[in-house]
Amino acid sequence: MIPGAFDYHRPRTLDEAISLLASLGEESRVVAGGHSLIPMMKLRMAVPEHLIDLREVAELRGIAVEGGQITIGAMTTQQEVIGSEELASACPILREAALQIADPQIRSLGTLGGNVANGDPGNDMPAVMQALDAAFVLRGPEGEREVVARAFYEGPFTTALGEGEVLAAIRIAAPAAGHGWAYEKQKRKIGDYATAAAAVLLELEGGTCRKASVALTNVGDTPLHAADAEAALVGSSLDAAAVEAAAAAARAIAEPAEDGRGPRAFRVHLTGVMVARAIEAAKRRAG
Amino acid sequence: MSKMHVKMTVNGSQVEGLAEPRTLLIHFLREQLGLTGPHIGCDTSHCGACTVDLDGKSVKSCTLFVAQANGAEVTTIEGLAAADGSLHPLQEAFREHHGLQCGFCTPGMITRAYRLLQENPTPSDEEIRFGMSGNLCRCTGYQNIVKAIRAAAAEMAAGKEAAE
Ligand SMILES: Cc1cc2nc3c(=O)[nH]c(=O)nc-3n(C[C@H](O)[C@H](O)[C@H](O)COP(=O)(O)OP(=O)(O)OC[C@H]3O[C@@H](n4cnc5c(N)ncnc54)[C@H](O)[C@@H]3O)c2cc1C
Ligand code: FES
Ligand code: FES
Repeated sequence: MIPGAFDYHRPRTLDEAISLLASLGEESRVVAGGHSLIPMMKLRMAVPEHLIDLREVAELRGIAVEGGQITIGAMTTQQEVIGSEELASACPILREAALQIADPQIRSLGTLGGNVANGDPGNDMPAVMQALDAAFVLRGPEGEREVVARAFYEGPFTTALGEGEVLAAIRIAAPAAGHGWAYEKQKRKIGDYATAAAAVLLELEGGTCRKASVALTNVGDTPLHAADAEAALVGSSLDAAAVEAAAAAARAIAEPAEDGRGPRAFRVHLTGVMVARAIEAAKRRAG
Repeated sequence: MSKMHVKMTVNGSQVEGLAEPRTLLIHFLREQLGLTGPHIGCDTSHCGACTVDLDGKSVKSCTLFVAQANGAEVTTIEGLAAADGSLHPLQEAFREHHGLQCGFCTPGMITRAYRLLQENPTPSDEEIRFGMSGNLCRCTGYQNIVKAIRAAAAEMAAGKEAAE
């Protein structure tokens, strides 16, 4: 499969990348790891005339954990996320989720920024970012702005990223010490997108849940922040009734497509199963 | 859209060529450089038959433009044997332990296993299976592939100890 022809650009700085995007116009696209874009180009579902490769933009790399604030450059690869001990201790759900994405070769090039900017409801990191209440730092010709993950996704492959903007970094307030976490994903095989998946973060105090975050992958047009599921958990002891109430709240917002991953009713059911498992796992880890 | 001048280090040698930016690395390697070790299995980033080493990472060369690889250091299966032709311990182990049948997946398997053992020289069987999960084989059932990688890891560790 041969993609359409394009001109290739390799800027060295973010400013250069942004001015290239502005001058080349709407037929230009940035490429990060290429592991969503290139398959689309091979199918000619994407036919950009200019590819702006971000691989040498040093400002887009790097992981910093400082004073409870985590900043991850958009070009950080999944493999780098997995390999970072700093991240694994400050925010372990990131490693857990990254290990469930695709396969080793794809994780060595695929980036965190590409995963969240892509807008495919199958991508795993967007729901994790919604559970973490992360913010995306967007840079464009007009400067910098932040959009929270919970407001970023508008529809399949449609996001708040403006034309001419580049996702520069992801900012996350580190979850409290002692929090519980889990990313539970059901897939048919390694390298498959989720049939349903759930990201859960919990904080407990004396056996009572004082904070809960729940978000869902691939059971809607966008990742879904499950606020009602959270409300079902907060104030409870995470007993069976609370877990089932949260699972029911998640099922209520799931609108999965009917595809090779199964009929709609099955995927809705599975959404509840993933949420329940993720709550149980997060509860075991909290403390 | 004109051709671009690409330069990279492949199996230790400097190579240059003219190619359209959209040329996939696998096509450049196979058709322009004559390195037909890396295979095209699925052409959709799933099977791993096209795996090469790029700047110290395993990548699927069917999902990378030659333009992106410009300036990189690439190792293919052709670059693993020693200059005198003696096989790499992984190649020996795949032969010894019957880690292949038709052989189609083998260059990708071995090239990926090569990087896996750099990252983790003493993997458990489970770590081998997880580390090799981007490579599919339609013949062997994987048992002997795991066995071969385990044997090569032991061989390489012993070789390293002897050298120290
Ligand atoms: C076989 C296979 C299996 C996969 N399985 C999974 C899976 O299980 N889960 C999962 O989440 N993903 C999966 N993926 C997708 C993979 O994780 C991609 O790497 C990821 O979706 C995109 O990241 P990238 O760096 O490759 O981005 P690219 O493909 O380079 O870009 C994707 C899109 O985002 C845009 N973009 C990228 N970076 C930026 C930026 N900094 N600013 C603005 N726009 C940007 C690009 O213009 C493009 O439109 C799979 C891919 C393959 C080929
Ligand atoms: S040919 Fe590249 S992954 Fe199958
Ligand atoms: S040996 Fe035939 S595909 Fe693996």
